[in-house]
Amino acid sequence: MGETSTLFKGVKEFFIEIGDLSHFAARFFKEVLKPPFEFKELLRQCYQMGNRSLILVTVTGFIIGLVLTLQSRPTLIQFGAVSWMPNMVGISIVREIGPVITALICAGRIASGIGAELGSMRVTEQIDAMEVSGTNPFKYLVITRIMATTLMLPILVIYGDLVALYGSALVENLKGDVSFQLYFNTVFDALSFSDLVPATIKSFFFGFAIGLVGCYKGYYSKKGTAGVGVAANTAVVMASLLLFVIDFIAVFISDIFYEL
Amino acid sequence: MSFNMTDQDQITNRSESAQGGKAVIEIKDLYKSFGDNHVLNGFNMTLMEGENLVVMGKSGSGKSVMIKCLVGLVKPDSGTVKVLGKEINSLDQQNLDELRSDIGFLFQGSALYDSMTVRENLEFPMRRHKEKLGVVADTEPLVREALENVGLAHTMDLMPVELSGGMKRRVALARTLILKPKVMLYDEPTSGLDPITSKEIIELMRSIQKKYGTSSLIITHDVDCARVISERMILLVDGINYAEGTYSQLSQSTDPKVDAFFKK
Repeated sequence: MGETSTLFKGVKEFFIEIGDLSHFAARFFKEVLKPPFEFKELLRQCYQMGNRSLILVTVTGFIIGLVLTLQSRPTLIQFGAVSWMPNMVGISIVREIGPVITALICAGRIASGIGAELGSMRVTEQIDAMEVSGTNPFKYLVITRIMATTLMLPILVIYGDLVALYGSALVENLKGDVSFQLYFNTVFDALSFSDLVPATIKSFFFGFAIGLVGCYKGYYSKKGTAGVGVAANTAVVMASLLLFVIDFIAVFISDIFYEL
Repeated sequence: MSFNMTDQDQITNRSESAQGGKAVIEIKDLYKSFGDNHVLNGFNMTLMEGENLVVMGKSGSGKSVMIKCLVGLVKPDSGTVKVLGKEINSLDQQNLDELRSDIGFLFQGSALYDSMTVRENLEFPMRRHKEKLGVVADTEPLVREALENVGLAHTMDLMPVELSGGMKRRVALARTLILKPKVMLYDEPTSGLDPITSKEIIELMRSIQKKYGTSSLIITHDVDCARVISERMILLVDGINYAEGTYSQLSQSTDPKVDAFFKK
Protein backbone atom coordinates (compact mmCIF):
# COMPACT_ATOMS: atom_id res chain seq x y z
CA MET A 1 0.00 0.00 0.00
CA GLY A 2 2.84 2.33 1.01
CA GLU A 3 4.77 1.55 -2.18
CA THR A 4 1.69 2.19 -4.32
CA SER A 5 1.08 5.58 -2.74
CA THR A 6 4.77 6.50 -3.14
CA LEU A 7 4.61 5.49 -6.79
CA PHE A 8 1.38 7.45 -7.26
CA LYS A 9 2.96 10.50 -5.59
CA GLY A 10 6.04 10.18 -7.82
CA VAL A 11 3.94 9.97 -11.00
CA LYS A 12 1.85 12.93 -9.86
CA GLU A 13 4.97 15.00 -9.13
CA PHE A 14 6.39 14.06 -12.55
CA PHE A 15 3.31 15.35 -14.34
CA ILE A 16 3.23 18.51 -12.19
CA GLU A 17 6.87 19.11 -13.14
CA ILE A 18 6.08 18.64 -16.84
CA GLY A 19 3.13 21.04 -16.49
CA ASP A 20 5.24 23.67 -14.74
CA LEU A 21 8.02 23.35 -17.31
CA SER A 22 5.49 23.75 -20.15
CA HIS A 23 4.07 26.82 -18.41
CA PHE A 24 7.60 28.22 -18.10
CA ALA A 25 8.21 27.58 -21.82
CA ALA A 26 4.89 29.26 -22.68
CA ARG A 27 5.96 32.32 -20.68
CA PHE A 28 9.22 32.39 -22.66
CA PHE A 29 7.34 32.46 -25.99
CA LYS A 30 4.94 35.08 -24.64
CA GLU A 31 7.70 37.45 -23.52
CA VAL A 32 10.50 36.81 -26.03
CA LEU A 33 9.16 39.19 -28.67
CA LYS A 34 7.98 41.90 -26.27
CA PRO A 35 10.25 44.92 -25.75
CA PRO A 36 12.46 45.92 -23.99
CA PHE A 37 15.11 43.61 -25.46
CA GLU A 38 18.23 42.87 -23.50
CA PHE A 39 20.68 42.64 -26.43
CA LYS A 40 23.77 43.48 -24.40
CA GLU A 41 23.06 40.73 -21.89
CA LEU A 42 22.22 38.29 -24.72
CA LEU A 43 25.60 38.93 -26.35
CA ARG A 44 27.34 38.53 -23.00
CA GLN A 45 25.59 35.20 -22.42
CA CYS A 46 26.41 33.99 -25.96
CA TYR A 47 30.06 34.81 -25.36
CA GLN A 48 30.06 33.17 -21.92
CA MET A 49 28.38 29.97 -23.10
CA GLY A 50 30.32 29.62 -26.32
CA ASN A 51 33.67 30.56 -24.91
CA ARG A 52 33.40 28.52 -21.74
CA SER A 53 32.34 25.36 -23.56
CA LEU A 54 34.88 25.60 -26.38
CA ILE A 55 37.78 23.71 -24.76
CA LEU A 56 35.49 20.94 -23.51
CA VAL A 57 33.88 20.53 -26.93
CA THR A 58 37.29 20.56 -28.63
CA VAL A 59 38.77 17.85 -26.41
CA THR A 60 35.66 15.67 -26.44
CA GLY A 61 35.12 16.02 -30.20
CA PHE A 62 38.73 15.19 -30.99
CA ILE A 63 38.72 12.10 -28.77
CA ILE A 64 35.35 10.89 -30.13
CA GLY A 65 36.66 11.11 -33.72
CA LEU A 66 39.87 9.38 -32.75
CA VAL A 67 38.24 6.56 -30.80
CA LEU A 68 35.44 5.96 -33.29
CA THR A 69 37.97 5.50 -36.09
CA LEU A 70 40.32 3.33 -34.03
CA GLN A 71 37.45 1.07 -32.89
CA SER A 72 35.85 0.71 -36.33
CA ARG A 73 39.06 0.16 -38.27
CA PRO A 74 39.71 -3.54 -37.45
CA THR A 75 36.14 -4.54 -38.34
CA LEU A 76 36.16 -2.59 -41.60
CA ILE A 77 39.56 -4.12 -42.51
CA GLN A 78 38.11 -7.58 -41.80
CA PHE A 79 35.34 -6.94 -44.34
CA GLY A 80 37.67 -5.17 -46.80
CA ALA A 81 35.68 -1.97 -46.41
CA VAL A 82 38.26 0.32 -44.84
CA SER A 83 37.86 2.78 -47.72
CA TRP A 84 34.34 3.41 -46.39
CA MET A 85 35.77 4.76 -43.14
CA PRO A 86 35.41 8.51 -43.98
CA ASN A 87 31.81 7.97 -45.15
CA MET A 88 30.83 5.97 -42.08
CA VAL A 89 32.52 8.26 -39.55
CA GLY A 90 31.39 11.42 -41.34
CA ILE A 91 27.72 10.44 -41.48
CA SER A 92 27.58 9.04 -37.96
CA ILE A 93 29.28 12.11 -36.48
CA VAL A 94 27.27 14.72 -38.38
CA ARG A 95 23.90 13.00 -38.04
CA GLU A 96 23.99 11.65 -34.51
CA ILE A 97 27.16 11.44 -32.44
CA GLY A 98 28.26 15.07 -32.82
CA PRO A 99 24.97 16.76 -31.90
CA VAL A 100 24.12 14.34 -29.06
CA ILE A 101 27.57 14.27 -27.44
CA THR A 102 28.03 18.05 -27.72
CA ALA A 103 24.54 18.63 -26.32
CA LEU A 104 25.18 16.24 -23.41
CA ILE A 105 28.44 18.01 -22.58
CA CYS A 106 26.67 21.35 -22.71
CA ALA A 107 23.85 19.99 -20.56
CA GLY A 108 26.44 19.13 -17.91
CA ARG A 109 28.37 22.34 -18.33
CA ILE A 110 25.73 24.96 -19.12
CA ALA A 111 22.45 23.67 -17.62
CA SER A 112 24.10 23.06 -14.24
CA GLY A 113 25.80 26.46 -14.41
CA ILE A 114 22.55 28.27 -15.17
CA GLY A 115 20.68 26.26 -12.53
CA ALA A 116 23.26 27.06 -9.85
CA GLU A 117 23.61 30.73 -10.84
CA LEU A 118 19.89 31.52 -10.95
CA GLY A 119 19.25 29.34 -7.89
CA SER A 120 21.82 31.28 -5.94
CA MET A 121 20.34 34.56 -7.18
CA ARG A 122 16.88 33.43 -6.05
CA VAL A 123 18.07 32.36 -2.60
CA THR A 124 20.03 35.58 -2.00
CA GLU A 125 17.07 37.71 -3.16
CA GLN A 126 18.99 39.12 -6.16
CA ILE A 127 16.05 38.25 -8.43
CA ASP A 128 13.68 40.12 -6.08
CA ALA A 129 16.09 43.08 -6.03
CA MET A 130 16.10 43.11 -9.82
CA GLU A 131 12.30 43.14 -9.91
CA VAL A 132 12.09 45.94 -7.34
CA SER A 133 14.54 48.01 -9.42
CA GLY A 134 12.08 47.91 -12.34
CA THR A 135 13.85 45.29 -14.46
CA ASN A 136 11.87 42.23 -15.49
CA PRO A 137 14.12 39.40 -14.21
CA PHE A 138 12.46 36.87 -16.52
CA LYS A 139 13.50 38.94 -19.53
CA TYR A 140 16.95 39.83 -18.24
CA LEU A 141 17.95 36.45 -16.83
CA VAL A 142 15.80 33.75 -18.43
CA ILE A 143 15.11 34.89 -21.98
CA THR A 144 18.72 35.93 -22.61
CA ARG A 145 20.05 32.59 -21.38
CA ILE A 146 17.57 30.45 -23.31
CA MET A 147 18.23 32.48 -26.47
CA ALA A 148 21.97 32.19 -25.95
CA THR A 149 21.92 28.39 -25.57
CA THR A 150 19.55 28.05 -28.55
CA LEU A 151 21.85 30.13 -30.77
CA MET A 152 25.19 28.85 -29.51
CA LEU A 153 24.58 25.09 -29.42
CA PRO A 154 24.31 24.62 -33.22
CA ILE A 155 27.58 26.56 -33.61
CA LEU A 156 29.25 24.39 -30.99
CA VAL A 157 27.86 21.25 -32.66
CA ILE A 158 29.25 22.24 -36.08
CA TYR A 159 32.59 23.09 -34.48
CA GLY A 160 32.58 19.80 -32.52
CA ASP A 161 31.78 17.84 -35.71
CA LEU A 162 34.74 19.41 -37.52
CA VAL A 163 37.11 18.67 -34.64
CA ALA A 164 35.85 15.05 -34.46
CA LEU A 165 36.38 14.64 -38.21
CA TYR A 166 39.86 16.04 -37.83
CA GLY A 167 40.58 13.45 -35.09
CA SER A 168 39.31 10.71 -37.37
CA ALA A 169 41.35 12.04 -40.32
CA LEU A 170 44.45 12.04 -38.14
CA VAL A 171 44.06 8.31 -37.39
CA GLU A 172 43.43 7.52 -41.04
CA ASN A 173 46.45 9.61 -42.02
CA LEU A 174 48.75 7.88 -39.54
CA LYS A 175 47.43 4.32 -39.87
CA GLY A 176 45.99 4.18 -43.35
CA ASP A 177 48.18 6.62 -45.16
CA VAL A 178 45.17 8.65 -46.32
CA SER A 179 45.85 12.34 -46.92
CA PHE A 180 43.73 14.93 -45.05
CA GLN A 181 42.49 16.34 -48.37
CA LEU A 182 41.33 12.94 -49.63
CA TYR A 183 39.70 12.15 -46.28
CA PHE A 184 37.72 15.41 -46.14
CA ASN A 185 36.81 15.22 -49.85
CA THR A 186 35.36 11.74 -49.27
CA VAL A 187 33.49 12.89 -46.15
CA PHE A 188 31.91 15.90 -47.86
CA ASP A 189 31.01 13.78 -50.91
CA ALA A 190 29.24 11.31 -48.65
CA LEU A 191 27.29 13.96 -46.76
CA SER A 192 24.08 15.25 -48.23
CA PHE A 193 21.66 18.07 -47.47
CA SER A 194 19.39 15.60 -45.67
CA ASP A 195 22.22 14.75 -43.26
CA LEU A 196 23.10 18.32 -42.34
CA VAL A 197 19.71 20.02 -42.07
CA PRO A 198 17.95 17.69 -39.58
CA ALA A 199 21.09 17.61 -37.42
CA THR A 200 21.31 21.41 -37.34
CA ILE A 201 17.60 21.86 -36.62
CA LYS A 202 17.87 19.24 -33.89
CA SER A 203 20.76 21.21 -32.34
CA PHE A 204 18.57 24.32 -31.99
CA PHE A 205 16.02 22.26 -30.05
CA PHE A 206 18.80 20.76 -27.90
CA GLY A 207 20.05 24.25 -27.09
CA PHE A 208 16.55 25.45 -26.26
CA ALA A 209 15.96 22.45 -23.96
CA ILE A 210 19.26 22.97 -22.12
CA GLY A 211 18.56 26.67 -21.52
CA LEU A 212 14.93 26.09 -20.62
CA VAL A 213 15.58 23.38 -18.04
CA GLY A 214 18.58 25.19 -16.51
CA CYS A 215 16.60 28.41 -16.14
CA TYR A 216 13.46 26.66 -14.90
CA LYS A 217 15.31 24.76 -12.18
CA GLY A 218 17.31 27.79 -11.07
CA TYR A 219 14.52 30.37 -11.28
CA TYR A 220 12.22 28.36 -9.03
CA SER A 221 14.94 27.09 -6.71
CA LYS A 222 13.79 26.73 -3.09
CA LYS A 223 15.01 25.61 0.32
CA GLY A 224 18.06 27.82 0.73
CA THR A 225 21.59 26.92 -0.29
CA ALA A 226 20.78 23.20 -0.39
CA GLY A 227 18.20 24.05 -3.03
CA VAL A 228 20.92 25.58 -5.24
CA GLY A 229 22.76 22.24 -5.36
CA VAL A 230 19.51 20.41 -6.06
CA ALA A 231 18.69 22.90 -8.85
CA ALA A 232 22.09 22.39 -10.51
CA ASN A 233 21.92 18.63 -10.18
CA THR A 234 18.35 18.14 -11.37
CA ALA A 235 18.92 20.58 -14.23
CA VAL A 236 21.59 18.27 -15.66
CA VAL A 237 19.51 15.11 -15.20
CA MET A 238 16.33 16.63 -16.61
CA ALA A 239 18.11 18.32 -19.53
CA SER A 240 19.95 15.10 -20.46
CA LEU A 241 16.72 13.08 -20.42
CA LEU A 242 14.97 15.73 -22.47
CA LEU A 243 17.79 15.65 -25.04
CA PHE A 244 17.24 11.94 -25.66
CA VAL A 245 13.49 12.46 -25.98
CA ILE A 246 14.06 15.29 -28.50
CA ASP A 247 16.62 13.15 -30.34
CA PHE A 248 14.16 10.28 -30.62
CA ILE A 249 11.43 12.60 -31.93
CA ALA A 250 13.85 14.27 -34.38
CA VAL A 251 15.09 10.94 -35.75
CA PHE A 252 11.52 9.65 -36.00
CA ILE A 253 10.39 12.73 -37.96
CA SER A 254 13.44 12.79 -40.27
CA ASP A 255 12.91 9.06 -40.95
CA ILE A 256 9.40 9.83 -42.18
CA PHE A 257 10.85 12.42 -44.59
CA TYR A 258 13.49 9.95 -45.86
CA GLU A 259 10.79 7.41 -46.62
CA LEU A 260 8.70 9.90 -48.62
CA MET B 1 -3.28 48.02 27.21
CA SER B 2 -3.66 51.59 26.15
CA PHE B 3 -1.51 51.11 23.05
CA ASN B 4 -3.15 47.97 21.75
CA MET B 5 -4.52 48.70 18.30
CA THR B 6 -6.88 46.61 16.31
CA ASP B 7 -8.84 49.28 14.53
CA GLN B 8 -7.20 50.89 11.52
CA ASP B 9 -9.02 54.20 11.93
CA GLN B 10 -7.66 54.60 15.41
CA ILE B 11 -4.13 54.02 14.16
CA THR B 12 -4.50 56.47 11.32
CA ASN B 13 -6.08 59.16 13.46
CA ARG B 14 -3.45 58.91 16.16
CA SER B 15 -0.58 58.89 13.68
CA GLU B 16 -1.94 61.85 11.78
CA SER B 17 -2.37 63.89 14.91
CA ALA B 18 1.08 62.91 16.12
CA GLN B 19 2.85 63.62 12.88
CA GLY B 20 0.56 66.14 11.29
CA GLY B 21 1.51 64.70 7.88
CA LYS B 22 -0.01 62.44 5.30
CA ALA B 23 0.20 58.68 5.09
CA VAL B 24 2.76 57.32 2.62
CA ILE B 25 1.95 53.66 3.28
CA GLU B 26 -1.43 52.31 4.32
CA ILE B 27 -2.16 48.63 4.89
CA LYS B 28 -5.70 47.55 5.69
CA ASP B 29 -6.82 44.03 6.66
CA LEU B 30 -3.92 42.25 5.00
CA TYR B 31 -4.27 38.47 4.78
CA LYS B 32 -1.71 36.07 3.37
CA SER B 33 -1.45 32.30 3.69
CA PHE B 34 0.95 29.74 2.28
CA GLY B 35 -1.07 26.53 2.23
CA ASP B 36 -2.20 25.91 5.81
CA ASN B 37 0.25 28.44 7.18
CA HIS B 38 -1.68 31.64 7.85
CA VAL B 39 1.06 34.25 7.98
CA LEU B 40 -0.90 37.50 8.02
CA ASN B 41 -4.37 37.56 9.56
CA GLY B 42 -5.71 41.06 9.05
CA PHE B 43 -2.61 43.20 9.53
CA ASN B 44 -3.09 46.98 9.59
CA MET B 45 -0.45 49.66 9.42
CA THR B 46 0.10 53.29 8.45
CA LEU B 47 3.43 54.98 7.83
CA MET B 48 3.35 58.76 7.94
CA GLU B 49 5.48 61.09 5.84
CA GLY B 50 8.97 61.55 7.35
CA GLU B 51 8.34 58.92 10.03
CA ASN B 52 10.58 56.06 11.16
CA LEU B 53 8.32 53.12 11.91
CA VAL B 54 9.68 49.83 13.21
CA VAL B 55 7.75 46.58 12.83
CA MET B 56 9.02 43.91 15.19
CA GLY B 57 8.15 40.27 15.25
CA LYS B 58 9.63 36.84 15.82
CA SER B 59 11.30 34.96 12.99
CA GLY B 60 8.64 33.54 10.70
CA SER B 61 6.00 35.96 11.97
CA GLY B 62 5.39 37.37 8.49
CA LYS B 63 7.41 40.61 8.63
CA SER B 64 9.25 39.94 5.38
CA VAL B 65 6.05 38.78 3.66
CA MET B 66 4.35 42.01 4.73
CA ILE B 67 7.18 44.22 3.45
CA LYS B 68 7.28 42.29 0.15
CA CYS B 69 3.54 42.95 -0.27
CA LEU B 70 4.42 46.66 -0.26
CA VAL B 71 6.47 46.39 -3.45
CA GLY B 72 4.34 43.80 -5.19
CA LEU B 73 6.80 40.93 -4.74
CA VAL B 74 4.15 38.97 -2.85
CA LYS B 75 0.46 39.12 -3.73
CA PRO B 76 -1.79 39.22 -0.66
CA ASP B 77 -4.85 36.96 -0.43
CA SER B 78 -6.97 39.96 0.56
CA GLY B 79 -6.69 43.46 1.94
CA THR B 80 -5.49 46.75 0.54
CA VAL B 81 -1.94 48.02 0.28
CA LYS B 82 -1.50 51.68 -0.66
CA VAL B 83 1.93 53.18 -1.22
CA LEU B 84 2.20 56.90 -1.98
CA GLY B 85 -1.54 56.92 -2.56
CA LYS B 86 -1.53 54.11 -5.12
CA GLU B 87 -3.13 50.72 -4.58
CA ILE B 88 -0.31 48.27 -5.35
CA ASN B 89 -2.45 45.35 -6.44
CA SER B 90 -4.42 47.31 -9.02
CA LEU B 91 -1.37 48.73 -10.84
CA ASP B 92 -0.25 47.37 -14.20
CA GLN B 93 3.42 46.41 -14.62
CA GLN B 94 4.50 49.77 -16.05
CA ASN B 95 2.89 51.80 -13.27
CA LEU B 96 4.14 49.37 -10.65
CA ASP B 97 7.72 49.78 -11.94
CA GLU B 98 7.28 53.55 -11.90
CA LEU B 99 6.07 53.47 -8.31
CA ARG B 100 8.91 51.13 -7.34
CA SER B 101 11.40 53.83 -8.34
CA ASP B 102 10.06 55.88 -5.41
CA ILE B 103 10.56 52.99 -3.01
CA GLY B 104 14.00 51.98 -1.79
CA PHE B 105 14.25 48.39 -0.60
CA LEU B 106 17.21 47.19 1.45
CA PHE B 107 17.17 43.40 1.42
CA GLN B 108 18.16 41.29 4.39
CA GLY B 109 21.25 39.82 2.73
CA SER B 110 22.06 42.99 0.73
CA ALA B 111 21.17 41.19 -2.56
CA LEU B 112 24.05 42.70 -4.53
CA TYR B 113 24.42 41.18 -8.01
CA ASP B 114 27.39 38.81 -7.72
CA SER B 115 28.41 38.98 -11.36
CA MET B 116 28.61 42.79 -11.46
CA THR B 117 31.04 45.29 -9.98
CA VAL B 118 29.87 47.78 -7.36
CA ARG B 119 29.62 50.42 -10.10
CA GLU B 120 27.46 48.14 -12.30
CA ASN B 121 25.31 47.27 -9.28
CA LEU B 122 24.57 50.95 -8.78
CA GLU B 123 24.04 51.63 -12.47
CA PHE B 124 21.59 48.74 -12.83
CA PRO B 125 18.47 50.44 -11.31
CA MET B 126 19.09 53.50 -13.53
CA ARG B 127 18.53 51.50 -16.75
CA ARG B 128 14.75 51.55 -16.43
CA HIS B 129 14.28 54.95 -14.82
CA LYS B 130 16.03 57.32 -17.19
CA GLU B 131 12.97 59.59 -17.36
CA LYS B 132 12.99 60.11 -13.62
CA LEU B 133 16.71 60.87 -13.54
CA GLY B 134 16.71 62.93 -16.74
CA VAL B 135 19.09 62.21 -19.59
CA VAL B 136 22.19 60.82 -17.95
CA ALA B 137 25.02 60.39 -20.41
CA ASP B 138 27.64 59.83 -17.75
CA THR B 139 26.40 57.88 -14.74
CA GLU B 140 29.69 58.10 -12.85
CA PRO B 141 28.89 61.31 -10.86
CA LEU B 142 25.60 59.78 -9.64
CA VAL B 143 27.28 56.51 -8.69
CA ARG B 144 30.12 58.37 -6.96
CA GLU B 145 27.69 60.58 -5.02
CA ALA B 146 25.66 57.57 -3.85
CA LEU B 147 28.80 55.74 -2.77
CA GLU B 148 30.20 58.83 -1.04
CA ASN B 149 26.97 59.02 0.97
CA VAL B 150 27.80 55.64 2.47
CA GLY B 151 31.55 56.28 2.66
CA LEU B 152 32.57 53.70 0.05
CA ALA B 153 33.56 55.68 -3.04
CA HIS B 154 36.83 53.71 -3.25
CA THR B 155 35.02 50.39 -3.80
CA MET B 156 33.54 51.37 -7.17
CA ASP B 157 35.42 48.81 -9.23
CA LEU B 158 35.41 45.97 -6.70
CA MET B 159 33.24 42.87 -6.96
CA PRO B 160 30.71 42.19 -4.15
CA VAL B 161 32.69 39.12 -3.09
CA GLU B 162 35.60 41.43 -2.18
CA LEU B 163 33.46 43.38 0.31
CA SER B 164 32.77 42.64 3.98
CA GLY B 165 29.19 42.09 5.22
CA GLY B 166 28.91 45.67 6.50
CA MET B 167 30.32 47.11 3.27
CA LYS B 168 27.86 45.06 1.22
CA ARG B 169 24.98 46.41 3.29
CA ARG B 170 26.23 49.98 2.72
CA VAL B 171 26.64 49.46 -1.02
CA ALA B 172 23.13 47.99 -1.13
CA LEU B 173 21.93 51.11 0.66
CA ALA B 174 23.73 53.29 -1.90
CA ARG B 175 22.04 51.30 -4.68
CA THR B 176 18.60 52.01 -3.24
CA LEU B 177 19.43 55.72 -2.83
CA ILE B 178 20.53 56.24 -6.41
CA LEU B 179 16.92 56.64 -7.56
CA LYS B 180 16.24 59.13 -4.73
CA PRO B 181 13.30 57.22 -3.21
CA LYS B 182 10.59 58.81 -1.10
CA VAL B 183 10.06 55.73 1.06
CA MET B 184 12.74 53.39 2.40
CA LEU B 185 11.94 49.81 3.34
CA TYR B 186 14.55 48.02 5.43
CA ASP B 187 14.28 44.25 5.84
CA GLU B 188 16.37 43.29 8.89
CA PRO B 189 19.06 45.93 8.17
CA THR B 190 21.36 44.76 10.97
CA SER B 191 20.93 40.99 10.77
CA GLY B 192 24.19 39.05 10.52
CA LEU B 193 26.32 42.08 11.42
CA ASP B 194 28.49 42.60 14.49
CA PRO B 195 27.32 45.22 17.05
CA ILE B 196 29.76 47.91 15.86
CA THR B 197 28.83 47.53 12.19
CA SER B 198 25.15 47.40 13.17
CA LYS B 199 25.57 50.76 14.91
CA GLU B 200 27.24 52.20 11.81
CA ILE B 201 24.36 51.01 9.62
CA ILE B 202 21.78 52.48 11.99
CA GLU B 203 23.65 55.82 12.01
CA LEU B 204 23.75 55.72 8.23
CA MET B 205 19.99 55.08 8.08
CA ARG B 206 19.38 58.09 10.33
CA SER B 207 21.66 60.38 8.34
CA ILE B 208 20.00 59.29 5.08
CA GLN B 209 16.60 60.08 6.50
CA LYS B 210 17.80 63.54 7.55
CA LYS B 211 19.50 64.25 4.22
CA TYR B 212 16.76 62.99 1.89
CA GLY B 213 13.71 63.41 4.14
CA THR B 214 12.55 59.86 3.43
CA SER B 215 9.93 57.93 5.37
CA SER B 216 11.29 54.64 6.66
CA LEU B 217 9.71 51.31 7.49
CA ILE B 218 12.13 49.06 9.32
CA ILE B 219 11.50 45.36 9.82
CA THR B 220 13.64 43.91 12.56
CA HIS B 221 13.87 41.66 15.58
CA ASP B 222 16.87 43.63 16.88
CA VAL B 223 15.62 45.47 19.97
CA ASP B 224 18.65 47.79 20.07
CA CYS B 225 18.09 48.82 16.47
CA ALA B 226 14.41 49.47 17.24
CA ARG B 227 15.27 51.54 20.32
CA VAL B 228 17.68 53.80 18.48
CA ILE B 229 15.81 54.35 15.25
CA SER B 230 12.08 54.04 15.93
CA GLU B 231 9.67 56.89 16.44
CA ARG B 232 6.83 54.43 16.62
CA MET B 233 6.72 50.63 16.81
CA ILE B 234 4.30 47.89 15.85
CA LEU B 235 4.59 44.39 17.23
CA LEU B 236 3.52 41.76 14.73
CA VAL B 237 2.24 38.71 16.58
CA ASP B 238 0.09 35.91 15.13
CA GLY B 239 -0.26 37.83 11.87
CA ILE B 240 -1.83 40.93 13.39
CA ASN B 241 -0.54 44.24 14.73
CA TYR B 242 -0.71 43.07 18.32
CA ALA B 243 0.62 46.21 19.96
CA GLU B 244 1.63 49.68 18.91
CA GLY B 245 3.35 52.59 20.58
CA THR B 246 6.69 54.22 21.20
CA TYR B 247 9.68 52.15 22.31
CA SER B 248 9.38 53.30 25.94
CA GLN B 249 5.64 52.55 26.02
CA LEU B 250 6.09 49.05 24.69
CA SER B 251 9.16 48.23 26.73
CA GLN B 252 7.23 48.96 29.94
CA SER B 253 4.33 46.75 29.00
CA THR B 254 3.27 43.96 31.33
CA ASP B 255 1.63 41.96 28.54
CA PRO B 256 3.63 38.72 28.36
CA LYS B 257 3.66 38.65 24.53
CA VAL B 258 4.99 42.21 24.37
CA ASP B 259 7.34 41.75 27.29
CA ALA B 260 8.90 38.71 25.56
CA PHE B 261 10.43 41.01 22.93
CA PHE B 262 12.18 43.25 25.44
CA LYS B 263 13.41 40.65 27.94
CA LYS B 264 17.21 40.48 27.92
